[in-house]
Order: sequence, then structure tokens, then C-alpha cells
Amino acid sequence: MPVIDVASLLPLLIAIPLVGAIFSVLLSTKYAQVLIGLLSALALVLVIGLILVNLPSVGTEFTTPLRYVLAGWEAPLGIALSLDGFSALLLSLTVFLVTVLTFYSAFYFAASPARVRFWPLWWLLVAGINALFLSADIFNVYVTLEIIGLAAVALVALSGNKAGLTAALRYLLVGLLGSLCYLLAVALLYHVYGTLDFAQLAAKAESNPLSWAALALITVGLVLKTALVPLHFWLPHAHGSAPAPVSAILSALVVKASFYLLVRFWMEILAPAVTNEALMLLGILGGAAILWGCVQALRAKRLKLMVAYSTVAQIGYLFLLFPLLMSTEEASASQLAAQQQSALAAVSYFIVAHACAKAAMFIAAGNIIHSLGHDDIAKLQGMAKYMPLSLFTFAIAGGSLIGLPPSAGFIAKWLLLNVAIDTHQWWWVVIILTGGLLAALAIFRVLDLAFIKPEQASDHVAPDSWQKVPVAMPASGLALALCTMALGFNADLIIDLIAIGGGE
Amino acid sequence: MTQALLYGVFGIALFGIGLFGVLAIAHVVKKILAINICGVGVFMVFIANASSGAAPDFVPHAMVLTGIVVAVAGTAMALSLVVRINALEKPEEDA
Repeated sequence: MPVIDVASLLPLLIAIPLVGAIFSVLLSTKYAQVLIGLLSALALVLVIGLILVNLPSVGTEFTTPLRYVLAGWEAPLGIALSLDGFSALLLSLTVFLVTVLTFYSAFYFAASPARVRFWPLWWLLVAGINALFLSADIFNVYVTLEIIGLAAVALVALSGNKAGLTAALRYLLVGLLGSLCYLLAVALLYHVYGTLDFAQLAAKAESNPLSWAALALITVGLVLKTALVPLHFWLPHAHGSAPAPVSAILSALVVKASFYLLVRFWMEILAPAVTNEALMLLGILGGAAILWGCVQALRAKRLKLMVAYSTVAQIGYLFLLFPLLMSTEEASASQLAAQQQSALAAVSYFIVAHACAKAAMFIAAGNIIHSLGHDDIAKLQGMAKYMPLSLFTFAIAGGSLIGLPPSAGFIAKWLLLNVAIDTHQWWWVVIILTGGLLAALAIFRVLDLAFIKPEQASDHVAPDSWQKVPVAMPASGLALALCTMALGFNADLIIDLIAIGGGE
Repeated sequence: MTQALLYGVFGIALFGIGLFGVLAIAHVVKKILAINICGVGVFMVFIANASSGAAPDFVPHAMVLTGIVVAVAGTAMALSLVVRINALEKPEEDA
């Protein structure tokens, strides 16, 4: 096999979507934009495939993450990109979802004038997400957060109606405030440690008041962007009013991007400043998010709003990672490292499972809106007859969100429960199971209505204005939903990937 | 108290004033202004960093410049959204 420098491929993951964005502005005819989209997605798949194939495998030579120094300037002056198992997993997930959603968007926006503005913003958003996962510099991360934030807000505003614009404005203000909290922490960290590089900071970081202040600011800023209860107020409307492919990427990837950063800071960069009480606090908020999100999903009147509230609940599960990282007196350092590694593996699995299932659900909801013109849950009676594929997608993805075997959601919850029991934190088991039950109620409420025969329903609205959608639209949702099933059978792949470069 | 420390402390105070404004004021344009005050506070902390050594450090300067560009873009976007929302709220005045 020819020796290629895998690290030199890393900048391509950022350059390809940026070039795609520029060409989507220059060549703004319908077919040119779709062609650019498909080519960019194909190029991204090739690059990430080449990187994954050439990653050092676990147990052989894995020690250090891949590192690429931009323009040859080493830190602290220059900016580096780096890739370890965790970021490789999230990048692969991004490329996969973006490919499917690009295909879907080609049909979703086929007849919409918003497409001219959609495509450049779409690729800008993808560039921002990829750059965030690759970045190894805390200031560069701020820039990527803002690229993601501005592109995402513009995409939410695409609908152009008042509800969409108001949601976009609130999303923008929340995003700016979160970024500024983060930026102030960057200023404090640079003042104390004189470097912006992840690895150099991790080596220098100590437990002192300024590190605590920085960690607190970073946490508030990123929790605001991740929409953890009680800072979730902006999410349901922003995710619920955006066009379907945008909702899908916002729920599947954008909130995960800020969560990824939180994990980086809490587990690596500022690990010495972390205390058990703080870990527990994040866990309690996560538990509250699970219950609150599920209850609101049950009460939601619109389908997309319900799916968005389910995202609030699913984010709660991600934050259960933090209490599971806690050290105990009797555990040795190697036991603690193994415990933290399995907690991270469980949550990474959760991220992948939720991303695929939620993107599939938003696609299904988007198809329903596309054909009916509304997504009022009460008026979905008998829809299974008209849109069997979309409802089927919704059901499979819902099964994964509830955590029914053999879906990826089941494996993710199983892994999480295992770690919770191993660390003697049984109360999380109760919350995880209750959350699953409440999610099941919310999903079955929709399915129950959808399978009622219209003539049995008292005030059903005949879908007169019903439009047929191209079969490719439900098909791309179904592909994602089936992926959640396939992932349930191949759990080892993901767990092995996480271990790369994660060991001491 | 050195000059740099003074700048840093006042920067953090400005950030606090801005934060209070974002949370306490309902008026959306004032909220946008408050976010800008937050931003100025953060930039002052960076500038204080730059002057704390013997020779000025240029890395914080680069960061502040980047931060200003982002703040301008964000403010412009927020204001254009406000204008658009207002236009939708009062269609009779436009016509």
C-alpha cells in the first residue's frame, strides 16, 4: 500500500465544503447547485474514507492523534488540526448525514425559490462543523462556532415567515451570547497559560480559580448552545420552524458540535479543574432534560415541535456522561480510565444513534408537511394509507429513540445502563427507563392516529390538497432509519473507533 | 494594581453589564446593543492580556480583530432580522 500522509488530508474536509459554498453562489442555476452539492458530498465521502482506512488501528500503534500544522507554523503561534477516534467518529457521522441530506435537499428544494440561498449556506454550515471537529486550537474553535451559528441562523430564517424569523433571531442572540461567554474564557485561559493549543493547554492546566472561572464560562456558553435544560428555550422553535433538511442537521449535528467541545474541555483540556460536584450537577440537569423534554414532546401539537422536544430529551441522555466520569476512592487510575472510556463509548454511540434516528424523523415530518402543507398532529389521522414509507420511517426511527431492540438506540441505552450500574449510580437507570417509556408514549400517540382509518375518525380532514412527493424523499429518510437498525448489529465498529488515540 | 489588570477587571465588569442587559431588557434592539457591550468587555480583556508582558503580544490583537469581524457580522444579521420581522408585523405601513 502506498504510504500517504493521512494528516495532510485533514484540511480537505474543510476546503471541500467551502469550495462547494463558493461555487453554489457563482453557479446558481438549479442543476448546477445540485451537481455541485452531489460532487462535494462525493468528495467528502472519498476523503473521509481514505482517512478512516489509513487510521492506525487499536492495539497496534495507537498513541497520538493525527495532527496537521497549518502552513507549517507550530503552536503556540500557528493553528493545528487534529483527529482522534472521537472526532473521527463525529466527522464520519457528519459526512454520512450530509451526503444523505444533500440528496434529500435536491428534491426538497426542487421547486422552491429558497434553494438559491439554501445551498451556499448549507455548505458553509458543513465547513464549520467539520472545522470544529478538526480544530485543536481554542480560539479557532470560537471562529468555527460562529460560522456554524451564523450559517444555521440564516438557514432557520429561510422559511421567511414571522415564526421562522423570530425563532432565527432568538437563536442568533442565544448563539452570540454563548460564543461570547466562551470567548471570555479563551481570554482568561490565554492570560493564565499563554497558549491556545488543546494539547499544550492540557499539559499546563491546573486547578486554580481562573481555570474554574474559565471552565464555568465555557460550560455556560456551550450548554446554552447545546440547549440543555434549563437553557433549552430557544431550541424547539428554531428546530421546529426550519426547513426539514435544516432541522435534521441542526438536531443531528449542530447541537452535538457544542457537546463535543464540552467533552473535550471536561475530559481533556481542563480535566484538572473538574470536580465531582460539578460533574454531578451536569448529570442532574441531564436527567431533568430527559423528563422535561419527554413531557413536552407528549404535549406538543405540531409534529415537528414534538420531534424537536424529543431532541431536548435526547440531549439530556448525552449529559449523563458527566456523572459517569466521577472518580471514587477505591478505584485505581487505570480502572477510572477504563470507566471513563466506556462512558465515552456509550455516549458516542448515543450521538450516532440519535443523529441517524432524528434526521430520519425530521425527513419523515418534512415529507408530511410537503404533501399536506401542515403538521398538526391531530389532523394526521389515517395518514399511514397515503404516506406509508414516511410513516414507516417515523416508526423505525421512533423505535430507536425509545430504545427498542435491535436498534442502535437500544445498544446505546444498554451501554449507558451498564456504566451506570458499574459505578453504583442506580438512579440514572430509573431516569433512563422512564425516559424511554415517555418517549414511547409520544411516538405511539402519532402512530396511533396515523393508522386510524379516516372514515372512523370523526373530524378528519380529507387531504384534498395532498401532493405526492418524489419517492427519493421518503427513501432517503428510510435509508437513515434502516441505518439505525444496521448500527444495532455492528456496535463493535464504533466502540473500536472511539478507542483510537484516546488512551494515555 | 497595574494598568493591564485594571483594563482586565473593567473588561470583565463591562461583560457583566452587557450580560445583565441581555437578560433584563426585553427590547430586542437594546438586547443586540447589550450583546455588543459584552463583546467590547471581552475584547478589553484580550487587550489587557496583550500588554501584560514587556513587549506587546500580537496574538491577542489578531484575536480581537477576528472577534470584531464576527461581532459586526452577527450584529448586522440580527438587525436585518429585526427589520424583516417588523416589516411583517406592520404590512399596512409598507403598502
